Amino acid sequence: MTQTDQNIEARKGWMGLLAKAPPAQLAALFDTVEPKPGFTWLRPCEVGGVMLRGRMGGTGAPFNLGEMTVTRCALKLETGEVGHAYVQGRDKAHAERAALIDAMMQTKAGEGLRAKVLDPLQDAMTRAKADRAAKAAATKVDFFTMVRGDD
Amino acid sequence: MYVAVKGGERAIDNAHTWLAEERRGDTSVAELSVAQIREQLSLAVNRVMAEGSLYDPDLAALAIKQARGDLIEAIFLIRAYRTTLPRLGHAEPVDTGKMACDRRISATFKDVPGGQVLGPTFDYTHRLLDFALEAEGLPPAAETSEAQTGDTPRVTEFLNKGGLIQSEARSDATPPDMTHAPMQYPAGRPLRLQALTRGDEGFVLSMAYSTQRGYGRNHPFVGELRIGKVAVEMDIPELGFAIEIGEVTLSECETVNQFAGSRTEPAQFTRGYGLVFGQTERKAISMALVDRALRWEELGEDNLGAPAQDEEFVLAHSDNIQATGFLEHIKLPHYVDFQSELELVRKIRRDAAEAAMQEAAE
Repeated sequence: MTQTDQNIEARKGWMGLLAKAPPAQLAALFDTVEPKPGFTWLRPCEVGGVMLRGRMGGTGAPFNLGEMTVTRCALKLETGEVGHAYVQGRDKAHAERAALIDAMMQTKAGEGLRAKVLDPLQDAMTRAKADRAAKAAATKVDFFTMVRGDD
Repeated sequence: MYVAVKGGERAIDNAHTWLAEERRGDTSVAELSVAQIREQLSLAVNRVMAEGSLYDPDLAALAIKQARGDLIEAIFLIRAYRTTLPRLGHAEPVDTGKMACDRRISATFKDVPGGQVLGPTFDYTHRLLDFALEAEGLPPAAETSEAQTGDTPRVTEFLNKGGLIQSEARSDATPPDMTHAPMQYPAGRPLRLQALTRGDEGFVLSMAYSTQRGYGRNHPFVGELRIGKVAVEMDIPELGFAIEIGEVTLSECETVNQFAGSRTEPAQFTRGYGLVFGQTERKAISMALVDRALRWEELGEDNLGAPAQDEEFVLAHSDNIQATGFLEHIKLPHYVDFQSELELVRKIRRDAAEAAMQEAAE
C-alpha cells in the first residue's frame, strides 16, 4: 500500500463515519473543538436523492431499489484544504460539519480531531452495533432432540 | 350547452381547516410527535418508505402524521416529495452478505451456519391483545448473549456449492430505471424487481398468495430471510473513490423453488428474490414469490395463464399511487361527462317511445 492509498483509506474511513454519525452526537462532539477555521463554500449544502441498488439473488445483476435522501456540500478552508461531505438525510448543518471535519483532518488539527470527535463517534457506533448483535444472539434458537418414549 | 363554472374556493378552504382540526383530534389528548411515530410506529414508517420508494424515516413519519395514518395517502406525499429531489447519483449495489442481521432464519436448513436468529419478531406470539400496553411504562430490557462475529453466510451458497441451485449471473450492467423512463413490456427482471419492491404490499401479497393457492404454483421454500443494516456506498466523482454515505435497514428473502431440468441441464432448484426497505418481511417474501412466478419464461416453464405469471398485469397494477389516483379521480366533478350521458339516455328513451307510438298507430 502506497502512502496515497493509505491516505485514501483513512479518508474513506472518516468520511463514512461522519456520514453515518447521528447528527446530534456529531454536533455535541464538534462543539468542543476550538478553534474552528474559516472557510468558503465550493458547493453549498444541497439535499437530493441517491438511487440505491440491490443485486438479484443478493449476488447477481443489479436492479434499482429506491432512493435515499442525501445532503452534500464542499468547502475550502482559508488554508486551502478542501472538504467534501455526502451524508444520509436532510440535515444541512450535519453535512457542513462533516465537510469541515473532512477538511480539518487534512491539516495539523487532524490528530486532535480524531481524539475529540472521530474516536468517540466510532466507539459509540461500535457499541450500538455490538448491543444489537448481542440482542440478536439472545434470540438464536438452540435446537435439542426430544427423547422418544418408546426407545 | 356547457357554461363554464367556477366555485368552491371557500368550501375547499374550510374543508382543509376542518381537516387540520380533525387530524389533531381531541385536544385534551397529548399531540403525537413525528419522533414518536418514527420510533413507535416504525413498521408503518417502513412501509411508507418502501412504497414511497424513498428511505428517510423522519419524512415517512411526518407523512403518516399529515395523512392521519392513511398509509397510501402518506406514500402519496412521499412520492410527491421525491419528485422534487435532484438525483445526486446512484449507490453501489448493496452487499447484503455483509448485513448486520437483527433477524436471520431459514425454513430449509435447521442447522444453517450462523444459526436461526429470530430477532424482534411477531412470530410465535399468541396474537392476543396485550392490555398492559394501555398503561404507560417501560418494557423490560431485551436479553443479550454473546454476539457472533463475522458475516452471516448465505443459505443459497451452500446449495450453490453442489450446483444444486440455479446460480445468479453477476454483472455490473446499469439497470433500467422506471422513475426515468416509462414502463415498456416485456419489462425484464431488473424493472420487475424495482416495481415489486415499491409495489403495494397488499397487492404483492395477494399475487404471491394466488401462486400458493395454485394459480402458477411454484412450490416455494423460504431458503433464507434476513433483516438488518447494510452500508450504502457511493462512488464520488469529485473524490475519485467510493465512500460510505449511510446505512439502511433492509429485508431480504431468497426462496428456493421447485426444481427444473432440461435436456441440457440437470434438475436443480430455482430461486425467487425479494429485497425491500425497512423491516418488511411480509412484503419481501411476497416479492420473492411473485418474482419467481414471473420468471416462468426464462426458466422454460409453461404459461398457465395465471395472473401472477402475467408481467404486464402484475406491474401495471402493483403501484398503489397510480391505482388510487385513477380510482379516486372518479369522485371529482364529472358534471359535463355525466350531463352528456344523461342527454344520451333521455334521447334513447325518447326515440324508443316515439317508435312505439308509431308502431301502435300503424
